[in-house]
Amino acid sequence: MRGREDEWTGLMRSAMAGDDAAYHRLLRAVTPVLRAAARRGLARAGQPPDQAEDIVQEILLAVHLKRHTWDSEAPFAPWLFAIGRNKLIDALRRRGRRVFVNIEDFSETLPGEAPEETASAGEVAAQLNTLPQRQRDVLQSIAVESASIKDTATKFSMSEGAVRVALHRGLAALTAKLRDH
Amino acid sequence: MDTDQLIRSLAADNPHRVPRVGAVLTMALLVAAPLSILIFATFLGVRPDVMTAMHNPFFDMKFAVTLSLAIPAIIVSLHLSRPEALLRGWGWLLLLPVGLLAVAIGSEAMMAPAMPMTMRLMGKNSRVCLVAIPAMSLPLLAGALFGLRHGAPSHPALAGALAGLVSAGLAATLYASHCTDDSPLFVATWYTLAAAVVTAIGAAVGARVLRY
Repeated sequence: MRGREDEWTGLMRSAMAGDDAAYHRLLRAVTPVLRAAARRGLARAGQPPDQAEDIVQEILLAVHLKRHTWDSEAPFAPWLFAIGRNKLIDALRRRGRRVFVNIEDFSETLPGEAPEETASAGEVAAQLNTLPQRQRDVLQSIAVESASIKDTATKFSMSEGAVRVALHRGLAALTAKLRDH
Repeated sequence: MDTDQLIRSLAADNPHRVPRVGAVLTMALLVAAPLSILIFATFLGVRPDVMTAMHNPFFDMKFAVTLSLAIPAIIVSLHLSRPEALLRGWGWLLLLPVGLLAVAIGSEAMMAPAMPMTMRLMGKNSRVCLVAIPAMSLPLLAGALFGLRHGAPSHPALAGALAGLVSAGLAATLYASHCTDDSPLFVATWYTLAAAVVTAIGAAVGARVLRY
């Protein structure tokens, strides 16, 4: 456990120093842990586990957009789990549950929980359709078709800078819509 | 969109960088400050006897109290803008102005009173104080909330209350140079009431706008 969390902290430091691949690896590494914790929290609140993926995606978006609040001298896991807990509480409140989320839901992971395959979630996909055309095109191209920034720029005859701006604005708009809907 | 696809788009956005919360909060307060100063200059102004007042330690003490509210409130609000942060271990910073006031009230009590206690407490400006501090706070409160929106506080209402204390502390610093009531009893009563109003507004608004 300690080793895993130290590894996350190292990956996040590299990510903040500009290593996009380390960032990708980090997000993939934390996702199964977040998913298990979200399921556990939903089960405890008497909710079906099929909403877990929506919560995981909301956590990942928040992690991404608020990563400048992480102190690179501090361990990564407590920061991550605090965001996870907040997002789980928000999600349960939206469903009208009075919530008491156990801190342990996020800080402990039961050994033997198999990392699962990627899963899709309804809410991000639904909100994606409400984005401005350009942001949606860019997000689709990069996320779904796994095109690079460069290829996406060529495809839509945009500059790479404009693709980056549309990508970031799209992610920020998605997060705001998920929060406020 | 499945989660792997979402992660791919997040990784592609990794080069995007934003300033730290402290930098955004500082800028927002600097943008808001001229508005509060404008309210001050238009309706209040520095008291005419300021040169003599400066030799009165109780006049100077007012600034020590208001700044010992504003500066620690800025520090604590920045701390709380991190999701994993707790108030524990930091909350005592907010007791600094309370301690200073207690010392000031104690020292005034030991001196030969220039006025009866009730007169010192009620002063001449209590109503102006209750209006002016919240009014000058509002632009600064908006700035503080804007700056803290950049953070990720786990307790938005608490972070909003801190934004209220920041703006009340700064507005009270301006007000202190106008007000001719220097007794720490006056400060402890009316400045505190005014700051409490602003803090309540900050908490109510913060609960809505500081969710991330």
